[in-house]
Amino acid sequence: MLDMKQDFFELFGLEPRFALDLDRLEQAYLEMQGRVHPDRFAHLSDAEKRLSMQWATRANEAFRTLKSPLARGQYLLELKGVDPAFETNTAMSAEFLMEQMEWREALEEAREAADEDVLDDLARRIRHDTKGLVEQLQAEFDTAGDLEAAADTVRRLKFLEKLQHEINDALTALES
Amino acid sequence: MALLQISEPGMSTAPHQHRLAVGIDLGTTNSLVATVRNGVPQCLQDENGKMLLPSVVRYLPDGQVDIGRSAQAAQAIDPRNTIVSVKRFMGRGLKDVAHVETMPYDFVDAEGMVRLRTVQGVKSPVEVSAEILKNLRQRAEHSLGGELTGAVITVPAYFDDAQRQATKDAARVAGLNVLRLLNEPTAAAIAYGLENASEGIYAVYDLGGGTFDISILRLSRGVFEVVATSGDAALGGDDFDHRLFCWILDNAGISLPSDRDSRRLLMKAREVKERLTLDESVPIRTALENGDEVDLVIERQVFAEITANLVSKTLKPVKKALRDANLSPEDVKGVVMVGGATRMPHVQRAVGELFGQTPLTNLDPDTVVAVGAAMQANVLAGNRATEDEWLLLDVIPLSLGIETMGGLVEKIIPRNSTIPTARAQDFTTFKDGQSAMAFHVVQGERELVSDCRSLARFELRGIPPMVAGAARIRVTFQVDADGLLSVSAREQTTGVEARVEVKPSYGLADDEIAEMLKAGFEHAQNDMEVRALKEQQVEAERVIEATEKALQADGELLNEAERAELDAAIVALRSAAEGQDARAIKIQLEVFNRASNEFASRRMDKSIRGALAGHKIDEIRI
Repeated sequence: MLDMKQDFFELFGLEPRFALDLDRLEQAYLEMQGRVHPDRFAHLSDAEKRLSMQWATRANEAFRTLKSPLARGQYLLELKGVDPAFETNTAMSAEFLMEQMEWREALEEAREAADEDVLDDLARRIRHDTKGLVEQLQAEFDTAGDLEAAADTVRRLKFLEKLQHEINDALTALES
Repeated sequence: MALLQISEPGMSTAPHQHRLAVGIDLGTTNSLVATVRNGVPQCLQDENGKMLLPSVVRYLPDGQVDIGRSAQAAQAIDPRNTIVSVKRFMGRGLKDVAHVETMPYDFVDAEGMVRLRTVQGVKSPVEVSAEILKNLRQRAEHSLGGELTGAVITVPAYFDDAQRQATKDAARVAGLNVLRLLNEPTAAAIAYGLENASEGIYAVYDLGGGTFDISILRLSRGVFEVVATSGDAALGGDDFDHRLFCWILDNAGISLPSDRDSRRLLMKAREVKERLTLDESVPIRTALENGDEVDLVIERQVFAEITANLVSKTLKPVKKALRDANLSPEDVKGVVMVGGATRMPHVQRAVGELFGQTPLTNLDPDTVVAVGAAMQANVLAGNRATEDEWLLLDVIPLSLGIETMGGLVEKIIPRNSTIPTARAQDFTTFKDGQSAMAFHVVQGERELVSDCRSLARFELRGIPPMVAGAARIRVTFQVDADGLLSVSAREQTTGVEARVEVKPSYGLADDEIAEMLKAGFEHAQNDMEVRALKEQQVEAERVIEATEKALQADGELLNEAERAELDAAIVALRSAAEGQDARAIKIQLEVFNRASNEFASRRMDKSIRGALAGHKIDEIRI
């Protein structure tokens, strides 16, 4: 019996690896939504409507998680029982803390300058670094199988994502 | 023996069982109803051959309610009892409504939603909207020759939970079965995409009478996926009228017009705005109550200047949506213009400049939303074969969160999440022995609770005494396919549960709805009972029909005993439905739903397995 305890990879018939064929993921997701989406059940019984909402919710959650490299990395760690310890600083390397400070300073400067070009440039650099970390994460998960290293990389990615959000907020604020 | 036809789950019905379903565009200025007849979507006309129903409701002293064109014509002579643009008040408190000072109504600042005092008593915006919906329902039933199975009602994509809930309540009061609340730009995209066989990234710029939406969609064969949406739920063509109205007051030297003159000048402003779409300059001539004359001329260029900041106000959400979607204007293949206000040349010019291309205006901006809604209603009613159905993936427009210490918001579901969606977050107690916890549910993007919209407050009681920080209270937000939120909270160690359907702060209580439903039936108690019985009978028929079809398709999923039990439940329900007791049918329906639960869940499993077949079924551990 299929059930909601299946992990997200199983749900879409994918191998639990970091490297992922995004087209295949999307195809499996759309195929599943095509069958479970509430729009398919609007004229059926309440029992079927409720099930449909639960499954469509689950499919959306699974797709959202697997699509993003950060969420996927985090989820893989969770499946393997590794806590990335986002809340505590103790697990973070000095190098990483140093890097955090540098990024923060750059963001503050850009925000104070209220210069769209500077903020855009910073966003570009973050995208570039993110790309590098994602490649690194793939090697750590799929080649080396080094979960400790992967957890550290996931923490870095999480930090970069937060910075990206803050830059977007700053850009939005500039426009209003 | 004839061969039985077997269809897929989520199946279509045979042609002779075509269900009457409509799409309704409940607009700020005008409303429309459309349906799909013989495979062709079309807007339905009233007895005078008009498609647009002005969204105007007039309450008369003799208890009559006038709706549409005749009410619109009366707005200058009876402004207080003639409600225009009621959509602006849906799910809104008095403090949220702009330009209150120039509106001729007698507002009552009730808790939650604002009310209006009329000659027929105090009316909620929900009741006023229900009058418009009832009128359209009657038009459809008259035109289609039967009772409606259901309706898709469109809402601005940027409507928050309170506004959506108010719209759904209005439909209930109007006696409509809501198949789905559908976002207006998404409805337009369905109509546009299917008509033009488009693929790629499209933007829908929807400037209506009172609301502005921008949605960015990815269209591919059979899939409409909203990637981001943004907007302003209080910005529309009305504001352009208001700007012009102020310009007229300034230039004619009028300081304090009477309610009737205000109404008259606002109508004049709208007329002039519409004429400026075609003409370079338009004269404004009208006589006021005190005998003063207005005699002015406005150039199109001047109108563009005095409303320029309204246009640029729409461009900010456009940029935000693009950023949320991680796209730039060059990625957008086409920009679809929706809403009567997009006819203004300076609006088209500004949008064209931002996207670097001429916006698409080949579909009528007034009817495209209703047409798309009708197409979706046809699908939801089960009138199409599964293989030619399309898939619609929409998002919530605004983040949903919970108030935490210090008046800050903890976001639980971020904006632009694909619906339906659910997220949970754990909270804990602040004091030793704390036995209750109060939750405040809010919607919006700001960090401070005071800057967001309050949706609901509820309490979880009976938390067993523990030291501070030891309890684990999991709060779960579920947003359904209508974009409506329900929230539950549960103490994880003991299972104490509290659940709330979010409506209180800005919605209506259930007994208020019941009261309105009662008031809606002009005649005696008897009529209400007849209607209730009819509704239960229709529901029973619908459920039996759906289940019998399902049994035809997937009967093998049940063993003999289970099959016998379900068959017996059908017999019992059918015999109850033949009787005259609405309550008995209702009880039997509940019994039936319990009996069919397991079957429904096995069918769902089968369907999902089908989705995985053709991938790599051998890899899946089942």
